[in-house]
Amino acid sequence: MSASLQKGINALKEVIDAPVASYFNSCVHCGLCAEACLFYLETGDVKYTPIHKLEPLRRVYEQEYTLLGRLGKMVGLSKAVTDDELEEWKELVYDSCTMCGRCSMVCPVGNDIVYMVRKLREGMAVSGHAPDGIKGATKRTVEIGGPMGLKWPAVANVIKKAEAATGVSINVDKPGVDYLVLLSSMEIVNYPEYLEALVKIFKKAGISFTLASDAFEATNAGIQIGASDIAKVIVSRIINSAEKLGVKYVLSPECGHAYMAIRWEGPNLIGRPYKFEVRHVLEVLEELRQKGVLKMKDKFKEPLILHDPCQIVRRGGVLEAPEPLIQTVAENYIPIVDKQKWNWCCGGGGGASAIHTEEAEALRAKAFRIKKRQIEESGVNTMVTFCANCRIVIEEGFDHYEMNTQLLGLTELLAEHLED
Amino acid sequence: MNEMQFLTWVRGPALDIAIGIFLLGVLWRLIEIYSLGRKVDVAPGRHRDGASGLHTVFRRSVPPPGMVKRSPVTYIGGYVFHIGLAIIVFLFEPHIILIRDLTGLSWPGLPSQVIDLVSVITLGAMLVVLADRIKSPVKRYLSTFSDWFTWTLTFLPVLTGWMAVQHLLLPYTTMLALHILSVELLLIVLPFTKLFHAFTVFGSRWYLGKINGHRGVPV
Repeated sequence: MSASLQKGINALKEVIDAPVASYFNSCVHCGLCAEACLFYLETGDVKYTPIHKLEPLRRVYEQEYTLLGRLGKMVGLSKAVTDDELEEWKELVYDSCTMCGRCSMVCPVGNDIVYMVRKLREGMAVSGHAPDGIKGATKRTVEIGGPMGLKWPAVANVIKKAEAATGVSINVDKPGVDYLVLLSSMEIVNYPEYLEALVKIFKKAGISFTLASDAFEATNAGIQIGASDIAKVIVSRIINSAEKLGVKYVLSPECGHAYMAIRWEGPNLIGRPYKFEVRHVLEVLEELRQKGVLKMKDKFKEPLILHDPCQIVRRGGVLEAPEPLIQTVAENYIPIVDKQKWNWCCGGGGGASAIHTEEAEALRAKAFRIKKRQIEESGVNTMVTFCANCRIVIEEGFDHYEMNTQLLGLTELLAEHLED
Repeated sequence: MNEMQFLTWVRGPALDIAIGIFLLGVLWRLIEIYSLGRKVDVAPGRHRDGASGLHTVFRRSVPPPGMVKRSPVTYIGGYVFHIGLAIIVFLFEPHIILIRDLTGLSWPGLPSQVIDLVSVITLGAMLVVLADRIKSPVKRYLSTFSDWFTWTLTFLPVLTGWMAVQHLLLPYTTMLALHILSVELLLIVLPFTKLFHAFTVFGSRWYLGKINGHRGVPV
């Protein structure tokens, strides 16, 4: 057995806990999880059945933590997990799983399948079986600061533009303010309007905030790839900066996986709660709306639907904010059938959008057909969402299928119609 | 060994052994699974967790929106045979008498004609879910020897019990002995196969509800 494989198996042994054991013992092979997986539904390929994606983890569990499994291993009845097998599983654990968590919503025995995928990735990453695209993003985050290799000057540039557009001067590294605002690389590069929108709304609401030159990146490639030690290093940048500046809140940007990383995984990675509170931008906006600060001068007229990003809504628990916010700004909001925690993933979450092999891109395009159908069935030309990664993936999908649907970011839409 | 001796053996020592293995097996497996424990989630919860675990234990008994339409055989077949098994096991008079003799507890049962009908329906539902397992690509792909084996071990007690009551094929005494033997096999195998979901389903749903409830998502 190679040293890296041994490390991988050890990592899996370490992440197996009572829930994992209970889940594997409860599975009756009913296959219903497949009916919740966009990769299975859009390809019809049975290998994409969510519980099957966990087979290496299940075998390690059985061989290491059950009496019968240990006996089976001793007499050679059950085969050990190999490097070849993990290499084969790479596609199942990364390319075809966005950690959207829809399978966990339908399992009749209550197995939290996505909880186990996250754990299996720990073994995949350390044994060297993560996809190159995510490896690269992780390396850039550790060495340079963000998954796209952006440095502070790029952020400073976005800040300068937002200052010019809004006439508001933006704090950098200022201690004692209410909020430390984080961005995701996608927002810095593709959606710099997000910061402008935020500046406009926060000015109106009288909220003080700062950006930090040593902690601007909110996403965490360490979590996507499944390397907790790296994830801890990345999240610690934000924690150290926020605690040094003494802010009350850290504002997670729209980006979904960033929210999961900083809000829910972060404290567990460092082993203690923070000295500040993490809030998702939509939670803050909804609070402002309820206080009557978020008044609109006019409304968006065209009919539109909402795409609820998995990590913010279904997994992150920001369930109640999106609908009232969209109703504030849109005259003609149409609720879709599978909405809120039942929404379908864009197909590029969980690091999948960083995998640029031909096969992975073709698979993403196929999986996107579920989103395409949702849009077509609703008969609208506008979709609104609140996750920079979803936006990129969805726009790629629009290009691929030559759709002329327009995609808008919720925060920007609100800022655009905000009363002066 | 004649049929009477066979019946005496399955009702006596064999039953004791089977129940013994079952009880020790269940206890061992529960310890093996749940003593692994889990780390405390130190991220502050969205709300107080409250009874989110318990809620999910009940909520997951109801199909999620749209799912029955996607997989009607799994849901309807599944409900019918699970409820059918529960009725047969716990509401057939002779079974209640056995439980009373073993534990001292008893309750009123259903008329034997009703149990008869339930048995036929249950056997039918089990054949349908078996056919579905063979026919459905996902289920067939996931199936291992254990799936076919445990189906058989669950089917046989219902079949032999019904045949014994109906006096079909074999003399009553022999069929009854075979029925008891099949139940004993089921008891012995249950803790060590997927049939153990009968116990872990509650723990699994509870963990799922707790983990997601912490983040404010009712699942």
